Amino acid sequence: MSEVDQVDVIARARSFAETELAPRAAEFDREERLPRDVVERMAAEGFLGASIPAKWGGLGLDPLAYGELTELIGKACASTRALLTVHTSIVASTLVELASKRLKEKYLPALARGEKIACFALSEENAGSDAAAVATSYTRKGDTFVLSGRKKWTSFAGIADLFLVVASDKGVTSAFIVERDMPGVDTRPMSGFLGNRATHIAEVALDDVEVPAENLIAGVGAGFGFVVNTALLHGRYSIAWAGVALAQAALEEMCSYATRREQFGVKIGTRQLVQKMVADAVTNVAAARELCRRAGRFLAPRSADAAMETNIAKYFSSTVAQRATADAVQVLGGNGCWSGFPAERLFREAKILEVIEGTSQLQQIMIADFGYKKHARKN
Amino acid sequence: MRDEAVVNMADVTVTDAAANIRAYLRENMTAFKDVELHDEDNIFERGFFTSLFAMQLLHYVESTFDVEVPDDYIMLQNFSSVRRLADMVADLRRSAGE
Repeated sequence: MSEVDQVDVIARARSFAETELAPRAAEFDREERLPRDVVERMAAEGFLGASIPAKWGGLGLDPLAYGELTELIGKACASTRALLTVHTSIVASTLVELASKRLKEKYLPALARGEKIACFALSEENAGSDAAAVATSYTRKGDTFVLSGRKKWTSFAGIADLFLVVASDKGVTSAFIVERDMPGVDTRPMSGFLGNRATHIAEVALDDVEVPAENLIAGVGAGFGFVVNTALLHGRYSIAWAGVALAQAALEEMCSYATRREQFGVKIGTRQLVQKMVADAVTNVAAARELCRRAGRFLAPRSADAAMETNIAKYFSSTVAQRATADAVQVLGGNGCWSGFPAERLFREAKILEVIEGTSQLQQIMIADFGYKKHARKN
Repeated sequence: MRDEAVVNMADVTVTDAAANIRAYLRENMTAFKDVELHDEDNIFERGFFTSLFAMQLLHYVESTFDVEVPDDYIMLQNFSSVRRLADMVADLRRSAGE
């Protein structure tokens, strides 16, 4: 896609986000569902295929433009942004990178048009950060693989048509595309979450589901080292931008409030302790956005360093989002603790980012390991 | 943006590829202990790397040796030692008609 066309996509996303998503985000959060019209509009605008190459029916945005799109959607509504993260970044991008031509032809055009919604069924009761410990099993049976197990905390499983499922056969982890209407697939909605409340999170039950062998992604045994890593790379890139989005939204909330709210006869924004919070947010948002852009520049040519640059961006921007949204609540005081203002929702959503797609603690371990290799003097 | 280790493909032999791969693996091995890396060592089974490193290796191979690794080559065993990686690069370059 040409730079001019990308600018047009970004302009459409900004208009949609500001005029149609942001005013309804609190409603989606309260009702714990993303209305069908929002999903259909995201599809009609092409946003659900934003990063999918044009040859498969997507918009073919480069990573920097896709990041900007993610920020715009995420600033307006975290749950709508989560649809981009799961459907577009995690599932579609992984298929683009690793799937056979046959599998791409089978699913990518429908994913790009948003005719089918996809989700990522990795986590289980006892397999969270230790994703390789999945208990969901697969066995080969003729021209099929038979899958059985239970997945939990699967965003958009409640409405998804396709599930990217990670399963194990005696420790050999593989990944498959499972269709909702295959016999033995069932989903059960989950509720009561801190954030991402409108993402139709569900448990996924797989009872002897027969999946065609062609639905295997890459080779047998590629599940963790390749498929999960690719999925999480793209997921983390999306979450990194989601952090920028929430931090930017929090910054706008605190600046708008601090320049209007009067206490002791002056605007609270003139108080130095409030100024410190605003200054930190301005600085951190700018730094986080630049780290995301840096990661995007490594992602574009599939650099081997892209994963670590993305880990760094995700760790920093989710930390910044948590800090900025907490400060927004602080600046707004009582109003910040009330659902009549966006600050409390932003605060809840930001905390989620420090947990999903690899906790901050896991990012720290990986980044420190990278630091020793890169920065320890060899002599 | 390309990796620093990018090489001129016209000059690369299997031996050169193995040397390049060996150097890349050494560069990315743990900073806490000196370990000997032999070309036949299974880098995952010997604990030199976790499978988290596999995707980075895939991108390294594609960007450094200017090959595209097809989906049916994407399995851990093809990335598990210097020898297997060098053999895979040689295979891919042969099938690309070089």
